Amino acid sequence: MADHPLWQLTLVRFREFLREPEALFWVFGFPLLLAAGLGLAFRNTPAETVSIGVVGTEHAAFEQAPSLDVDAFATLEEGLKALREGRIALLVERPEADAVVYHYDDTNPQGRDARMRADLALQQSAGRVDPVAARDELMRETGSRYIDFLVPGLLGMNLMGGSIWSMGFAIVDARRRKLMKRLVATPMPRHYFLLSFLISRLAMLVVEVGAFLAFGVLVFGVPIRGSLALIAGICVLGSLAFGAIGLLLSSRARTVEAASGLMNLTMLPMWILSGVFFSSQRFPDAVQPIIAALPLTALNDALRATMLQGETVAQILPEAGVLAAWLVVCFPVALKLFRWR
Amino acid sequence: MPEPVLRVRDLRKAYQDVVAVNGLNLEVQAGECFGLLGPNGAGKTTTIEICEGLTARDSGELEVLGLRWERDAAALKQRLGIQLQETQLSEKLTVEETVRLFRSFFHKGPTAEHVIGLVQLEEKRRARVGALSGGQKQRLALACALVGDPDLLFLDEPTTGLDPQARRQLWDLIEEFKRAGRTILLTTHYMDEAERLCERVAIMDHGKIIAMGSPRELISSIGVEHVVEFSVDADAAGQPLDAEALSAIEGVRDVRADNGVVRMQVTALHSAIPKLLAELVRRGIRLTELRTHSATLEDVFVTLTGRHLRDG
Repeated sequence: MADHPLWQLTLVRFREFLREPEALFWVFGFPLLLAAGLGLAFRNTPAETVSIGVVGTEHAAFEQAPSLDVDAFATLEEGLKALREGRIALLVERPEADAVVYHYDDTNPQGRDARMRADLALQQSAGRVDPVAARDELMRETGSRYIDFLVPGLLGMNLMGGSIWSMGFAIVDARRRKLMKRLVATPMPRHYFLLSFLISRLAMLVVEVGAFLAFGVLVFGVPIRGSLALIAGICVLGSLAFGAIGLLLSSRARTVEAASGLMNLTMLPMWILSGVFFSSQRFPDAVQPIIAALPLTALNDALRATMLQGETVAQILPEAGVLAAWLVVCFPVALKLFRWR
Repeated sequence: MPEPVLRVRDLRKAYQDVVAVNGLNLEVQAGECFGLLGPNGAGKTTTIEICEGLTARDSGELEVLGLRWERDAAALKQRLGIQLQETQLSEKLTVEETVRLFRSFFHKGPTAEHVIGLVQLEEKRRARVGALSGGQKQRLALACALVGDPDLLFLDEPTTGLDPQARRQLWDLIEEFKRAGRTILLTTHYMDEAERLCERVAIMDHGKIIAMGSPRELISSIGVEHVVEFSVDADAAGQPLDAEALSAIEGVRDVRADNGVVRMQVTALHSAIPKLLAELVRRGIRLTELRTHSATLEDVFVTLTGRHLRDG
């Protein structure tokens, strides 16, 4: 076992990867940083409180009002000064017990908002009863936030990049260094060489996907509603499809530059079109069939459907079919074209 | 006569615009170290890579260890040790990991530790390949060629680019393999390497073998024992020197002038040198340099082609 060529070749893959700190960062660290950054930027914040001012000490009416922050001012002048300086959005003046004057800038939405809240609080505390009973139902459900949309998309993008890069770079580099030619001159079975990439890729996947999903769940509370086995299955299928594409892209290239050009050319349209950062539905209807046929679209859609909607195997069959088709077409073509020296 | 280990008949290989190998015949016997000597571009690497099964030939017969690549590739690969020109092994692996990897491809052979000892890299066992010197890398490449206990060892320019000390160290190793009875085919463009290591040498030029034999035989075949090279003070007055006058000296042949250096082959050094000096004195010419050496394979190549090996 320890001296089986497939095991030795797979060990080489791991050693080369783990001894390359940059690669470690791009595969494991970067996606986490990206998710953290975007999650912070687009986090859902609670409704803001508005500062208002009250002239005199009579402000008990506003204490109970939600989202109002009340400052008391001794004189009208002091209150107006605070309003002009923008420290408060509204100044409430009570010239008489049954009268109220609101000072505010009606072109400022915050001022208008404060005026309505303050008036409502005042009228209700004075005994007004609304003729229509109203009840608020708040829509802050997890699963519909931007971060929930983002995490499966980043996961898909990461699987694509990881598979294509790890395949392409190592293969072209081995070819450039004439290492591949040297290996081919030994009795090494050629399919072991390719298989070692596959095995190391799948093993890495466990860490990569596991760390990323755990981060999404623990830090942002991203829901995982579908079965974990199904999500794992989608990740494996996606990695195989992108691995085949990576193999195809690196089947002829003799230099890393040539290969990375091809890889970027392949991945860039998918970063934009396949719904990583925003929904692919935003593109015109005419191009939707093309977008739907892209492997990253299929992978992202399948991941979102299982993670966020809890869909089952039967419901994601179309996406799985697209991924399988890319695998079945690209792999044999890549083997046919592959330059072993 | 026993079966040759390697038999090549009328081998031909052309690339788009160059004929790399043009009708090559050779046989390597068991236990010998056979050298392909020639300048860069003579077709040595193409020839050895066809024998290694890495390059397809256009025509000709090729039998390695009595087997043929078309039929017996898997069996053949188990029995060959190959060292390619300019392979860069993975820099992130250690010496031991690299040898272990190559060892895993072969059914039989010594342990990785044993092979590392053979090439004297024990101290570097745990060192990364990227941290090795040129000579150590070349010895590691040799180790990777030895892991299958090969019946035939192919070495393609094993010492190119190494400093003199590393070259001598590698030569010592190869001589040890020879003593252990291994059969070796090596290519080189260093005539001293071929003379020191090879029982037989084939001199290649433009895809063909232009002379074959032991280094001694080849050198004596040109009928020259010594070579004299000298240059003269061009500014000093004196009667100009002409090749005809030099050729008239007894025992002198093949006079050539190249970049101000006159080079001539001499059969009897002890009588030719006094005569040369007398001739120079007579003409009032002052020597600035005078060298003599015993004839080498380089001189064989110069005699056969009119060019130096290093000129390519």
